[in-house]
Amino acid sequence: MIEYNFAYLDEQTKRMIRRAILKGLAIPGYQVPFASREMPMPYGWGTGGVQVSAAVLTPDDTFKVIDQGADDTTNAVSIRTFFERTAGVQTTTATQEATVIQTRHRIPEEPLNDGQILVYQVPIPEPLRFLEPRESETRKMHSLEEYGLMHVKLYEDISRHGHIATSYAYPVKVEGRYVMDPSPIPKFDNPKLGDMAAIQLFGAGREQRIYALPPYTQVTSLDFEDHPFEASKADHGCGMCAATDSYLDELIIDDTGGRMFVCSDTDYCEARQAAGHIGKDNGGKDAA
Amino acid sequence: MQAETLSGGFADPSLHSAHAFRSVMEAMARPGTLQDISGAAPPAPLSPAAGAVLLTLCDTETPVYLAGDADTDAVRAWLAFHTGAPMTGPSHCTFALGTWDALTPLETYPIGTAEYPDRSATLIVECPTLDAPSATLKGPGIKESAMLSLPEHDAFVKNSALFPLGLDFIFTSGSRVAALPRSTEVLCADSKPLSREEGSA
Amino acid sequence: MYVAVKGGERAIENAHAWLAEERRGDVTIAELDVAQIREQLSLAVNRVMAEGSLYDPDLAALAIKQARGDLIEAIFLIRAYRTTLPRFGASAPVDTGAMACDRRISATFKDLPGGQILGPTFDYTHRLLDFKLAAEGDVPEAPSREAQTGDVPHVTGFLNREGLIEEAPQDDTPPPDLTREPLEMPADRALRLQALTRADEGFTLGLAYSTQRGYARNHAFVGELRIGKVPVEMDIPELGFAVEIGEVTLTECETVNQFKGSKTEPPQFTRGYGLVFGQAERKAISMALVDRALRWEELGEDNLGAPAQDAEFVLYHADNIQATGFLEHIKLPHYVDFQSELELVRKLRNAAGTGQVQEAAE
Ligand SMILES: [Zn+2]
Repeated sequence: MIEYNFAYLDEQTKRMIRRAILKGLAIPGYQVPFASREMPMPYGWGTGGVQVSAAVLTPDDTFKVIDQGADDTTNAVSIRTFFERTAGVQTTTATQEATVIQTRHRIPEEPLNDGQILVYQVPIPEPLRFLEPRESETRKMHSLEEYGLMHVKLYEDISRHGHIATSYAYPVKVEGRYVMDPSPIPKFDNPKLGDMAAIQLFGAGREQRIYALPPYTQVTSLDFEDHPFEASKADHGCGMCAATDSYLDELIIDDTGGRMFVCSDTDYCEARQAAGHIGKDNGGKDAA
Repeated sequence: MQAETLSGGFADPSLHSAHAFRSVMEAMARPGTLQDISGAAPPAPLSPAAGAVLLTLCDTETPVYLAGDADTDAVRAWLAFHTGAPMTGPSHCTFALGTWDALTPLETYPIGTAEYPDRSATLIVECPTLDAPSATLKGPGIKESAMLSLPEHDAFVKNSALFPLGLDFIFTSGSRVAALPRSTEVLCADSKPLSREEGSA
Repeated sequence: MYVAVKGGERAIENAHAWLAEERRGDVTIAELDVAQIREQLSLAVNRVMAEGSLYDPDLAALAIKQARGDLIEAIFLIRAYRTTLPRFGASAPVDTGAMACDRRISATFKDLPGGQILGPTFDYTHRLLDFKLAAEGDVPEAPSREAQTGDVPHVTGFLNREGLIEEAPQDDTPPPDLTREPLEMPADRALRLQALTRADEGFTLGLAYSTQRGYARNHAFVGELRIGKVPVEMDIPELGFAVEIGEVTLTECETVNQFKGSKTEPPQFTRGYGLVFGQAERKAISMALVDRALRWEELGEDNLGAPAQDAEFVLYHADNIQATGFLEHIKLPHYVDFQSELELVRKLRNAAGTGQVQEAAE
């Protein structure tokens, strides 16, 4: 059995990632290239987030991993186990107890505090990629602040559909300079990106990019005066905890197409239920 | 080889550098805050904080410029043994280390390119103290405003006007560290901040 | 009442236990050992070494066993292991002119110094299933002769003497390493060749084939294909000289390509180059064709918009570990994003007046 280094990565690799993180924090929203390593898990499954987490974790940390907002999805379980084994860190499902949270596709509902770090897994870090497949071109566009194409694309949606037809990975502008991909979080989560007390780090392993938002960074979702950005979610309350302010998953519960809506943030929902909030599908008083 | 060269590194490299990095990261992410950093005992005149920053961030891939009194045989030997970092002049360095007087003027350091603004130097500035706040800071990482003890103002005002290009600074004193990324707007009592347009002219 | 699904950890453990059982297969059938794979599935071992960028036949064989014969999975295992290995230094460039050739053929000259050596090839075998192999059997010994000694000169060297082929001057610039630095465009030839030598064989083959069918056709002849062992030497600073640290089998392909000349270059033959770990000639020839197609800019040729000419397209999509990871990640839950799309489509349908029936029914 081979003894791996603390948090799996060798020290040289961690230093390289740490330097990229510092440059990312110094240039909020700019994608810093880094020599992503081949990890013992597939590209696209969180290798960027895992490398960033490995570079920031200390043995004193309490680590939480969520995928789709949930701690018990298989890939979240797998990544949590990886760090339990390789870094020996304490893990938790409670958002408030965690010092480092690795996430795929969600920002926790509970506001994060200044002792916390949120690490995002990012599949395609380049917000302009779907408009321009060439890295050499998009790099130029960022350097020249040439973001007209993005606005044209969003506005085409409006003229065709009456709405901006982007519902997740909704592009943001950071401190009035870089257009950034917030990773595929639902646009419901976009308003949480700005002015957050926690440090936000974004890791894209396959695409070899790291970027960051320091705390209290100005982040605005791209929009138009006549079509302001709107953070939307299913227009229901949570069936389990009755929350009306959380992002909801829609579940099909029977063969006749019956549906219910439940918080995607499992920790948030469970904490609310424990505090006595009962939704209508959970024996609540307005149960159908 | 001198005993001094061999000693003073991190006793447990992966753990000490993990903690030290968190201090540097917190400092860089929250300009104006002071963080404790420990684990290194570098040769004089380096502070333990500067030693820890070097051990945490430098290796064979990062050319280092030792400015002024920091450039001693003992420091060179210590750095070479513990990090393998090659020595270089200011114009090609990834990290520079020294007092403010030794490091300035700033014009020769790499500030990155329009396409790769990250390819810029980080200056580790040894300070007599970090406890005499002299400048007001605003920008990413800062809730409303913060204070930091800076060796001067104009150079930092000019640097932040280069954004997204520019240098990033790590201030070390004793066993504490603070930082000032290029994104921070530096204000002070006697000089109004330049707007970005004015500064880049 | 709804109860959230729990127990991800146990599900994963059970799945892995089942996988181990399936890997072993029927326990009444003898288990394969790693040496058997290494010796008898050596071309699979070679591919795993080439695309895994690690020359170790035993580890490659182990990876193939662990991956149940899925070569991309085996390559992945090798790559993940490789990144954890410490680096002691870089070897001196290997000299393929000093190769002890098991196989060496030229399609451009009928005979040449050093001779044509067919070697252990599938070429000219009739592709008839050999049912004798289904039963155990001894292999008759192949005829042998004394090994040639001395260097085997490269075919392109003969052409070079006449000035008919482009110069390929020695370049001692240390090549970049895409496993240590992020890939950056434009990529120089050394970086492109590194990417190609570890590129997916199927992807490289498809691209090379496309150039033959007219997508940036470059009229390739196999000037030479050679397979054999070369010594690997490393400079030991403490000793002050290079010592041999082992030998590796390589496949090298040099293509000779017709070239009518351009604004900057006279008419002459040009080169495409392929070099791959192990016996891997399909890959080496493919690599040489794609290398040549990617050189359009430096040779002053036209960009025909062909996929094989597009360095960014080729280099960003040639790595099967990147590709398979990202492709397969769409198996992971995406229900948060799907939910936001669901809401959006409902909203758009409502705005278009098509969603009213559905909403009224709710
Ligand atoms: Zn709930």
